[in-house]
Amino acid sequence: MNHETRGSPEVLGAVQQSGRLMRWLNRRTGVRNLLHEGLAEPIPGGARFAYVFGSGLLFIFLSQIITGIFLALYYVPSADHAHVTVEYIVKEVAAGSFLRSIHAYGSSAMILLLLLHITQTFLYGSYKGRRELLWLSGCILMALVLGMAFTGYLLPWDQKAYFATAVGTNMASEVPLVGDFIKRMMRGGAGMGTLTISRFFVAHVFLIPGLIFAFMAAHIYVFRKAGAAGPIHENPVRPRMQPQPFYPRQVLYDLAFSAALLIALGLLGHYLPFELGPKADPADAQYVPRPEWYYLPMFQWLKYWPGAKAVIGIVVIPSVIASLFALTPFLDRGLERRPWKRPISVGLYSLTLLGLIALGVISNRNDRRDPAVLQQLARQEKATADFIAAKFEPEEASRTGVPVLSPELEKGKALFSSLACNACHRPDGGGTAAGAKLKGLGKSQDQIKSLLLTPTKSMVAGGMTPVQQPDHDLAALSAYVASLK
Amino acid sequence: MNTNQNEGLLTQLTLPSPPRRSFLGALLVVGGGAVSALLTVPLVRFALHPIFVKTTETSWSDIGALSDLDPSAGPVRKAIQVEQRDGWRKTTSEQSVYVTRDASGQLRVLSSVCPHLGCTVPWLEEKKEFICPCHGGIFSSDGTYRGGPAPRGMDWLETKVDAGHLYVRYQYFRQLVPTREVMG
Ligand code: FES
Repeated sequence: MNHETRGSPEVLGAVQQSGRLMRWLNRRTGVRNLLHEGLAEPIPGGARFAYVFGSGLLFIFLSQIITGIFLALYYVPSADHAHVTVEYIVKEVAAGSFLRSIHAYGSSAMILLLLLHITQTFLYGSYKGRRELLWLSGCILMALVLGMAFTGYLLPWDQKAYFATAVGTNMASEVPLVGDFIKRMMRGGAGMGTLTISRFFVAHVFLIPGLIFAFMAAHIYVFRKAGAAGPIHENPVRPRMQPQPFYPRQVLYDLAFSAALLIALGLLGHYLPFELGPKADPADAQYVPRPEWYYLPMFQWLKYWPGAKAVIGIVVIPSVIASLFALTPFLDRGLERRPWKRPISVGLYSLTLLGLIALGVISNRNDRRDPAVLQQLARQEKATADFIAAKFEPEEASRTGVPVLSPELEKGKALFSSLACNACHRPDGGGTAAGAKLKGLGKSQDQIKSLLLTPTKSMVAGGMTPVQQPDHDLAALSAYVASLK
Repeated sequence: MNTNQNEGLLTQLTLPSPPRRSFLGALLVVGGGAVSALLTVPLVRFALHPIFVKTTETSWSDIGALSDLDPSAGPVRKAIQVEQRDGWRKTTSEQSVYVTRDASGQLRVLSSVCPHLGCTVPWLEEKKEFICPCHGGIFSSDGTYRGGPAPRGMDWLETKVDAGHLYVRYQYFRQLVPTREVMG
């Protein structure tokens, strides 16, 4: 608060009040130091728009958590209900399609931001100068975010989700020795089913977010410990440039960027709602699965490694690239940060990135050139559009206690109602305030019949009257009562 | 965090002067507020959806063809299938109603739930009365209160005729009150 303000006594009073509250809070929490520590972080060379991607990631992650929690208000993770509950969210619940779109597009946004964040870090050489742990925690966070995208993709249980995940989990079985085990572990069995959804749900909602929180905390902590690296001419260990605090300028940049991101997601969600296809049909042999754009390069890459060579393409080469990537700050140790002076690391990085983009483009082009695939993809798109246009049909809940009955039992059931037995006893055999429960009596049909004709003393005391009906009706009624379980 | 590599820098830092700081602060608050509103409004609507939309509303149940219904001899008991929306699913339950005629001869459909404490009320043909087996509430053939502990007559249900069929909207009513009040 600004104590220079010359205002009316009330304003001054309010300021003093809030000052007192602040002092009270500060003595107990040390919030002022915390705020200062958070906001005064020095940025060598001053605030820049190039530094906004990290905060953007944090912001979208928060948005994912919030929208995710709300989606869980209606979502049910089981093969029976997952699809219908997402359909309900999309078609019926107020703002449901919008929020689900923000969440679903949010995953793409996170991966895009991740790429930008990593590219910026790489080009600026910001991993240099005692920042190995910062880089490594970032690598783990990237894997976790990709894991979030992979596990979240299955949850709507539509055709696309089902088949993309079937392909994705199949890939794991290429890993030598433990591959099959990993696949079964992910799927909760050999095939994909309701246990797969449970596993993906737990990973998506509890496990991976927990790990992300932990590694994010570590990432931010080691970042603050090392300090911001600043521009490419800056010394990454002993900064010399005139610093500027994080607050307010960089905070403003970060917030402006985050706001732009959210607005972009909002516009997308409003004008181009994220699609939901028909419910997964594992028997559909025609379906052509296509992963989300960020998995497309990997998908295309696998096509070049058929049969026995698959292990090279799926396991060996990606592991080599991933290890090289993770070890970057250990391998590229010089303090030189200007990208044009680091041709090997920057060259390899750019090559990998271009390779991935090329693979994605090739995959897309192959599809557009193959008339059979094109036709099937068009069919799938049409099925999705038709499904979205159709009115929501609530799921028929199984009728409890109303099994299909034989004619004799059906007759007994009708008598149960027409003789007003159900005034005191529930038709499913349950009891009420007025009558005892009838299910699980453990009596034979004949025993029940004689009880109906001549109720015991305690039954009469409870309000039961003898049932005077023709014998065949009595037989049907007692058979029905005996059948109640 | 206090052994910052850049700690030396912290001392050189000067935070912006107060007026400028409060302007930027205000900008942050306004900007942050606008952004959070973008998400908050749909979130609130989303969470409150079931409270404002009647997801438990019941639909019309078919009683049968009008030509098959002849309550002139007295109330006829009919079993109906009641479909009820429960969020993203619907449940079907069997309920019983009476088709009868009111004093002016109009068709009337009565709920068989006793307005006293909710027992199912049977029609006793020999007595020409509805008599509740639980506490002896008595109602005439059109459901009018005749005696016993019930606070009102039997409850009539909304009906409509469509293509020669009689439809009823099955509802529950509050017990133990003198007026017919629909329950949520
Ligand atoms: S419940 Fe019918 S009279 Fe009490």
